[in-house]
Amino acid sequence: MQLARVIGTVVATVKNESLEGRKLLVIQSLNKDLAPQGKPLVAIDAAGAGVGELVFWCRGKEASFPFKREDTPTDCTIVGIVDSDEHVSTQ
Amino acid sequence: MIIARILGTVVSTQKDERLQGKKLLIVRPINVDGTDTTGYVVAVDTVGAGFHERVLVVAGSSARLAQGMKDTPVDAAIVGVIDTVAVTQ
Repeated sequence: MQLARVIGTVVATVKNESLEGRKLLVIQSLNKDLAPQGKPLVAIDAAGAGVGELVFWCRGKEASFPFKREDTPTDCTIVGIVDSDEHVSTQ
Repeated sequence: MIIARILGTVVSTQKDERLQGKKLLIVRPINVDGTDTTGYVVAVDTVGAGFHERVLVVAGSSARLAQGMKDTPVDAAIVGVIDTVAVTQ
């Protein structure tokens, strides 16, 4: 899993039926010092996150596990919200 | 998932039987501000997307979890047509 900041939203009316009702958010991955790393991605939200929040997300097939795992086509899912920036510490 | 723009189509007659009837499109990953990046991916269309539209592309094994794609040998699928992208930061 990786840390990321939610930086925006995506609206897609026409989508695969298995994505109906899912919230799509734009996230910017961060390194351990919370500096941007890599390009923004579109993630499905499984944690109730909002724009500006610090979250962690899961990649790959495991990203579908919070939902109906055999039916949800996602490779990037927000699985948790970090309490605050101060709650990330590295040494 | 990544945001991509549809660049073109691919026609293939001889292919895995599980790909029969699937539409193949060439897509280019783009940035959230709509500017192009480099490279391309051949992706299976599951939503009826058209030329030059912005779409959502799922990569890897998750691509075959989309409805109608069970057990198909693909690693990229178009799963949504984007209306708007709003980035605040």
